[in-house]
Amino acid sequence: MTVPPTIGVLALQGDVREHLLALERLGEPTRSVRLPEDLRGLDGLVIPGGESTTIGRLAERFGLLHPLRAAMADGLPTLATCAGMILVAGAIVEGDQPLLGALDVVVRRNAFGRQNESFEIDLDVKGLDRPFHGVFIRAPWVEKVGSDVEVLARVGDRPVMVSSGRMIATSFHPELTDDSRIHRLWMEETGG
Amino acid sequence: MARPTVRVVKIKGMDQSNGMKTGTELVKRGLADMLKGGVIMDVVDADQARIAEDAGAVAVMALERVPADIRKDGGVARMANPAKVTEIMGAVTIPVMAKCRIGHFLEARVLEDLGVDYIDESEVLTPADEEYHVDKWPFTTPFVCGARDLGEGLRRLSEGAAMIRTKGEAGTGNVVEAVRHIRAITSQMEALADMTDEEQADQAAMMRVSPELVKEVASLGRLPVVNFAAGGIATPSDAALMMALGCDGVFVGSGIFKSSQPTAYAAAIVKATTYWDNPGVIAKVSRGLGEPMRGKEIGTLEPAERLAARGW
Repeated sequence: MTVPPTIGVLALQGDVREHLLALERLGEPTRSVRLPEDLRGLDGLVIPGGESTTIGRLAERFGLLHPLRAAMADGLPTLATCAGMILVAGAIVEGDQPLLGALDVVVRRNAFGRQNESFEIDLDVKGLDRPFHGVFIRAPWVEKVGSDVEVLARVGDRPVMVSSGRMIATSFHPELTDDSRIHRLWMEETGG
Repeated sequence: MARPTVRVVKIKGMDQSNGMKTGTELVKRGLADMLKGGVIMDVVDADQARIAEDAGAVAVMALERVPADIRKDGGVARMANPAKVTEIMGAVTIPVMAKCRIGHFLEARVLEDLGVDYIDESEVLTPADEEYHVDKWPFTTPFVCGARDLGEGLRRLSEGAAMIRTKGEAGTGNVVEAVRHIRAITSQMEALADMTDEEQADQAAMMRVSPELVKEVASLGRLPVVNFAAGGIATPSDAALMMALGCDGVFVGSGIFKSSQPTAYAAAIVKATTYWDNPGVIAKVSRGLGEPMRGKEIGTLEPAERLAARGW
């Protein structure tokens, strides 16, 4: 008998519940991650939407930054949405906040504007056969893409979904819709 | 390093013609989802806003005076001066909320024009209309509103609110009213789940909301929007208590900048909100914090001082 893979959701702040529900719809066992020891034995990790400064500062103050970086460097499959995309980035355009530096991209925070500019739009996503409904909330975009990073979706000419190795990052919130295709795509592509 | 500010950008080829929609229920409620597990702090200037952001606040509420000072000073409490709101918006990258008076749809339109991220139609300010709350549906900017019980919360949702908070009793540093309000909301939702369709329809009529909304709440077992605690939260343990009672996050008003060490209080309340079910963490972060705000016994308030009684 094999132990089913367990997916962790970083649960310091943000829309943790929506990611847990999306993973449960796919039949995945899940676990909330709030302390370094919660990372043990995970087969994948989701970094949810939320406020990236809040999540980053809590991760720093509770000793999670180093273990998260180490786990990602070891190839832990990671799905990072919105605030998650900012946290895994190598750099952000402006500002000073804790980052994990696990994905070779430069991200611009609040790139599309404030809440009044938050929007929904149908996106063509590489690897999906029909459009995915993207929900963008004070969303970031990828300003600069490293050599090993593939762009999977764009809004206008701006990358809003990228992948590299066993990681996928999105500017939008697949967890806010009932459509689990991006969670599934991540698990298939990453072998998570 | 200079702090970044949030810019508004229009991208070429991106407009309503390719199916892009702004101001939808999903994006309004969605921003509240992103605030879950977090602390929203009242601030009166750019310096306080930066302290809040550095402490890990998920958003700030831009105000002219915190509720404890509104109580002390008396007079009519109104929307903050637009210059003040703009100053605070320019100081931080986290969402900025601001309050308008109950029913004052023009203050709300001004706040929307300023580009705040959420509008709190708040009983903490002096009500402008004794008959109608703001019709919130036509706005692009989402609204949060206070509630003392389920019916009040559902009436605000029917008017277009995208997030609910308990009213509590703002500016008292006393958590008892916020506890009363979240317990009322929770027990009324539990009661709905055990009712027949007919009984639910009766409840809807009594609450003056649609039977469909009552049915939705009964089947979800929770509100269809995010529900925060507000009104009287003053310590890390207060914040954790409200999380334990089922709130999605907390607003802290006077509790931070009326304490003896605002920077330490702000950071400690953020940590206690995340680790609300871990008393060891709460004990650790509460150590050496200095004095919380002094606070008020609710029984000592005159009826006119009960802010929660404003609105309906």
